[in-house]
Amino acid sequence: MRNTLSLLAAAALSMIVCAAPLVRAAQSAGPTGDPVKGKATFERTGCWECHGHQGQGGVEGPRIAVPAPALPVMSRYVRNPRRNMPPYTQKVLSDQELADISAYLQSIPPAPDYTTVPLLSGKF
Amino acid sequence: MARKSSRTDVSRRKFLAGVAMTGAATAVSATRGGNAATEVEAARPAATRPSTAAAQLEYATQSVSAPQGTLPGRPGSDFMVDVLKSLDIDFIFTNPASSCRGIHESIVTYGGNKRPELITCMHEESAVAMTHGYYKVAGKPAAALCHGTVGLQHAAMAVYNAWCDRAASIVMVGNRMDAATRRPGVPTLHAMQDPGSLIRDFTKWDDNPQSLQHLAESMVRAYKVTMTPPLEPVLMVLDEKLQEDAIDGGGGRLVIPKLSTVAPPAGDPNAVREAARLLAMADNPVIVVDRVARTAAGVTRLVELAEALNAPVIDQLGRMNMPNNHHLYQLGAGGLIERADVILGLELTDFWGTVNSADDSVEAAQAYRPKPGTRLISIGMGDLYLRANYQDFERYQPVDIAIGADAETTMPMLTEYVKQAIPSDRRAKIAERGDKARKAQAQARQAVLAQAAANAWDASPISSARLSAEIWQQIKHEHWALVSRDSSLSNWPHRLWTFDQHHQFIGGPGGAGIGYGLPAAVGAAFAHREAGDRLTVNIQNDGDSMYAPGALWTAAHHKVPMLTIMWNNRAYHQEIMHLQRMAGWRQRGIENPHIGTTIWDPYIDYGKLAEALGHVGIGPITDPKDLASAIKRGIDAVKRGEPVLIDVVTQPR
Repeated sequence: MRNTLSLLAAAALSMIVCAAPLVRAAQSAGPTGDPVKGKATFERTGCWECHGHQGQGGVEGPRIAVPAPALPVMSRYVRNPRRNMPPYTQKVLSDQELADISAYLQSIPPAPDYTTVPLLSGKF
Repeated sequence: MARKSSRTDVSRRKFLAGVAMTGAATAVSATRGGNAATEVEAARPAATRPSTAAAQLEYATQSVSAPQGTLPGRPGSDFMVDVLKSLDIDFIFTNPASSCRGIHESIVTYGGNKRPELITCMHEESAVAMTHGYYKVAGKPAAALCHGTVGLQHAAMAVYNAWCDRAASIVMVGNRMDAATRRPGVPTLHAMQDPGSLIRDFTKWDDNPQSLQHLAESMVRAYKVTMTPPLEPVLMVLDEKLQEDAIDGGGGRLVIPKLSTVAPPAGDPNAVREAARLLAMADNPVIVVDRVARTAAGVTRLVELAEALNAPVIDQLGRMNMPNNHHLYQLGAGGLIERADVILGLELTDFWGTVNSADDSVEAAQAYRPKPGTRLISIGMGDLYLRANYQDFERYQPVDIAIGADAETTMPMLTEYVKQAIPSDRRAKIAERGDKARKAQAQARQAVLAQAAANAWDASPISSARLSAEIWQQIKHEHWALVSRDSSLSNWPHRLWTFDQHHQFIGGPGGAGIGYGLPAAVGAAFAHREAGDRLTVNIQNDGDSMYAPGALWTAAHHKVPMLTIMWNNRAYHQEIMHLQRMAGWRQRGIENPHIGTTIWDPYIDYGKLAEALGHVGIGPITDPKDLASAIKRGIDAVKRGEPVLIDVVTQPR
């Protein structure tokens, strides 16, 4: 139970870390990502285990889509993560693969407004 | 003649909830008398507790001369059934076994297989887990009956779960102490010198009675012990020879002692008053709860305490502690621990983990989270009772005031002292905290709903938010109860549903032992069936279910309606994440963590599995658009009294 709640807290913290620079972050020079390859890499390397197949997040990992962090922000965190996320250095995940993953996350369409979803707009 | 002890005319259910002295001793004569066998037959109201007179007649039959090869009188196990009936034990969950054959026969024939009723289980671990789930809904213990040695070994993990979860359970095990009368081979292989030693580290009390009178006293004591906070499982050995031999006359009398329940301890008034003073003067008091609401009264008392302070309550989900739609309810700490100046922990399993962070990283960084000067108060039974070997007491956390007491019992006193301790010039500020909490709750609700929509709403595999919303849509107007934890669903039920009744949530396994989920849900469903008119919902982890799929058969066989929704994420995802950490730390093989951790190739078809075990099986459901009709079909079948399993292919969390 404690672990779950700690992870929730960590997830919330990570979301702040990831999401805050989104607005101002511009794509810096670097490899151009391929969203199709990125989705395959996202699945192959198990990113979805904590973040979900659509990057929606959950009790074990923060939401990383939508919105998705800009590549420089994501790269910085993936290479030097905090708390319980293991590091993914260039030795196991190349810059190109990371760019592809970023492109995949950026390609995920935005979620619907919850007020337009009948199950969520009713009485809870 | 029978001896009779003082009788108190109070219903037993009230005894169990309160502190009244219960029951009356039932005395049965073992003296060889002169009553006719026909009288005995006429006096056998097998499904009810025997009156003293009837019991006398029963045991007096030993005077009848027995044909060769038959027992010269009533068997000892009949008396054991009388003892169980006197304790109002409704169910005995068991996997049949030779070491229990005597009492088995007595339960189903002499006892009429009613109160207690024998419930057929397919594993002793499941049997104990069913008592665990049953207790958390019924508020009283059931019994598990296990075979000697190997059966108790099977049961051990479930006993540990119940131990960690502060759950009452009477575990019984068959055994033959007298080696000279043991049959050779397997019966001797399955005999022990000291059965209790197998699980003594995580049972509160055990005994190995060597006479029926000894058994009566110990069984009543066992009930008393298991129901006294901290509630824990107990073990009673049922000696085979005692079960099977005729009741020994010898001029003695068998007496079933009356049950007296124990009033749980409230905190020392001086310590409680000091705690109240700290809380009343705090600017940011925070209450953290794990298993504080043993009963529905605990929920009410916690709300009263929280409202007296307008303090947020962080729920660690060990029980249904507080309505989650209350404006002071908090699922997750959200920075509250860091901002608090006084933290009150009520029945916490892990106070250290509540106020410290500990990363699972190479650096293994640990940090104390509260700001300097924050005062910590604990109220709970943990300080009063612990054992050395198993580490369920977690790490040692120094606190400023440690009150060894039952928190549910102590809360009314604490609330009263808090009200007395609040100076008039602080009342406005405390009221302001409540207003802020109401506004924050409304904002949080919007955020939760928005996140639910964003949470891969139309994705396949199906998201936890979508599944939770779909279930809620169809149960919210029913008398529903969830009999599983929801952490694997990222707690979406607790984020989207309204839990406002104590019986609607029972927490988790306690000891995190896998294989608890399905049988505990079935045990809980037994209790909900007895309560009547409740729609029992079990959101079942797939990996957990395969430890004990036979529990589905038990539900079907005993006509226990329950809607099981298989959270089929097709892997042991917690372990995958551990493997990912290893790979990340070692910078190699990040594509390999699925090896040995996934449930693929072949996928398990849980709908078919459930059908084979007597359920209505539905699924697999992979498209979220198919959920509504599947759930409706399932609920309709449950309302007809059928157990149902819907296989839903889901995201990991």
